[in-house]
Amino acid sequence: MADIVLTPVGKQKYFTPGVWILVCLVFIGLSSAVYRFVFGLSAATNLTDGYPWGLWIGIDVATGVALAAGGFTTAFLVHIIHRDEYHVLVRPALLTALLGYTFVALGLLADLGRYYNVWHPMIPSMWQGNSALFEVGMCVMLYLTVLYIEFVPVVAERFENGVELPGIIQKFSRVLTGLIRFLNKTVSRVMFIFIILGVVLSCMHQSSLGALMAIAPTKLHPLWHTPILALLFLLSAFAVGFPMVIFESLLASRSFHLKPEIKILSSISRIIPILLGVYLAAKLMDMVSRETYVYLIDGSVESVSYLVEVIFGIIVPLVIFSFQSLRSKVSWLFTGSTLVVLGIALNRYNVFILGFKPVYEEPRYFPALTEIAVTVGLISTLVLVYRFLTINLPIINEFGGYKRD
Amino acid sequence: MANRRDFLKTVGVVTGAFAGLDSADASTKKTLDTDRIGVLVDTTLCIGCRKCEYACNDVNNLPNYPLESFDDKSVFVEERRLTATQFTVVNRYEKKGFDNRPLDIKIQCMHCEDPACVSACIVGALEKKPNGPVSYDAWKCIGCRYCMVACPFQVPAYEYDDAFTPRVMKCTLCSSRVDEGKAPGCVEMCPEEALAFGKRDDLLKHARGKFNRYPERYEDHIYGEKEVGGTSWLYLASAPFNEIGFPNLPEESPTKYTEPVQHGIFKWFNGPLLLFGLMGLLMRLTDKEKSDG
Repeated sequence: MADIVLTPVGKQKYFTPGVWILVCLVFIGLSSAVYRFVFGLSAATNLTDGYPWGLWIGIDVATGVALAAGGFTTAFLVHIIHRDEYHVLVRPALLTALLGYTFVALGLLADLGRYYNVWHPMIPSMWQGNSALFEVGMCVMLYLTVLYIEFVPVVAERFENGVELPGIIQKFSRVLTGLIRFLNKTVSRVMFIFIILGVVLSCMHQSSLGALMAIAPTKLHPLWHTPILALLFLLSAFAVGFPMVIFESLLASRSFHLKPEIKILSSISRIIPILLGVYLAAKLMDMVSRETYVYLIDGSVESVSYLVEVIFGIIVPLVIFSFQSLRSKVSWLFTGSTLVVLGIALNRYNVFILGFKPVYEEPRYFPALTEIAVTVGLISTLVLVYRFLTINLPIINEFGGYKRD
Repeated sequence: MANRRDFLKTVGVVTGAFAGLDSADASTKKTLDTDRIGVLVDTTLCIGCRKCEYACNDVNNLPNYPLESFDDKSVFVEERRLTATQFTVVNRYEKKGFDNRPLDIKIQCMHCEDPACVSACIVGALEKKPNGPVSYDAWKCIGCRYCMVACPFQVPAYEYDDAFTPRVMKCTLCSSRVDEGKAPGCVEMCPEEALAFGKRDDLLKHARGKFNRYPERYEDHIYGEKEVGGTSWLYLASAPFNEIGFPNLPEESPTKYTEPVQHGIFKWFNGPLLLFGLMGLLMRLTDKEKSDG
């Protein structure tokens, strides 16, 4: 360990005022989660028989999966088509995906009525090939495993000089070191399989996540319900991947007082208008062919939310990223990528919550404070773990001892 | 990756492993018996006595009350929905009946022919039995409530109050009674013969016969004959169904939006396999350092 020279990121102090605020949010979220598990869903949520899905599915699961798309889009760019110049983005994106999916799983556990049965979809006698949710569940489980495998080399690199466990468990240091080395050696030989597998699994479940709501044609608002919902989800996952990577990279460099990777970020952002354009075109063609534009001007909450999603989440960032002069400025890069991230998040919220109308009228669902607390707590935990791992493992380029594999 | 041959071999092996998983595709729907059962509700005969509610609670071990308490007509003030403790309820629609009389409508799970809930269920906890009923197995259930999202009638209710073993609650069409050769509890209890239990095909003929004999008494529409691909429960009424609490639904099952995608792309894992192969190829072709391997 002594051989690793800690440069900027590795030398960062963990605790800052912002971190303490997050710690508080984590505790509030944790106690809300305890409340949910002890007293049940009716006590902790505003869910009803008319609104069976709420914040935890709409944000924690659906949006969580979408915003983790940077993992597979970056893996495709760097590992599959070998655009090595973007290599520094791979590990932060990998970590985001890994943590994102871990918290998708945790959020899902909070929502499941019988969370202790979450393993059931793995049992062949219970496989249900007709269910889009089955596919989402299986792919997410497999992909999470793949992400952890892809992360092995990062850990191995950090501890290549051996692990030193403290105190009484010190004697296990050699065993652990051996284990890490063995794992790393094993997985590096077949890593390309896992990288391809990760991309394939991502395409599969990113799209089926949209297919989920396609089964409710009479309940989901026509602005969002379409036979091609699965395709739109896939295209929007492609579109949000790089903006999320840029968004995070800029946040991380600010937080760690590093110089932003402006050249790389600016260069990668060239592709965003194309991805957003394809998504927008598909969305508009769908709208024209189903003649759903009639719902755009009825002044309903749905119409406003749809317009915000399309104008500020797709069109404005598309314009921003189309200009070289804007792309090369940190402020515009940040603005543009934030808009895409929020726009896709709003889309997922619209599809899963706002656009969902029960058969029989009842007051519109709005999440309970405990639901919000759990979601905020999960996001805060994610940020804290991200910070801890980026400080302690070679993830961001400036870590030191960072090797390009 | 040592050389190209190894690489391609590995891709081939992985591809093969994927293909071996094709049994995951349980797309073959169970074919329904031609003599599957159903219930025909002639709402014009219903007097709103709510004895079916009593019988339902009784048969399904739901919280129940003395039979006399169901004479209480004050519940008709508001339109009631199905809940986790009520598998069936009767609602009254004033002036919708024949001769401007009130029309009483019993609702419960419709037991669709091609049920969205069954298609949605991630673990097959919901199942369409070949003889008609849509049954639920709480032991398999993970509590995701996707069935509730999928149901076009908003039937399944959830035991949100139960922190540990919540269940999806809905009418069972008294599947176990039917298997014993008995009629569902509500049908047996109905004093007005507003509920007719029998083979679905016979019930449809019966319903058409009723309409032909008394065309002035009924709407020319058997609700459930075609809605979302047909349902086991069928209704005759004297008013348009959208005025008496029934949703306007298309004739296709909602499953047509999801199952063709699941099958078309994922049958035999064609799509994922192709993608895997394509990615492998791309990875190889763009690898500048090892392209001569």
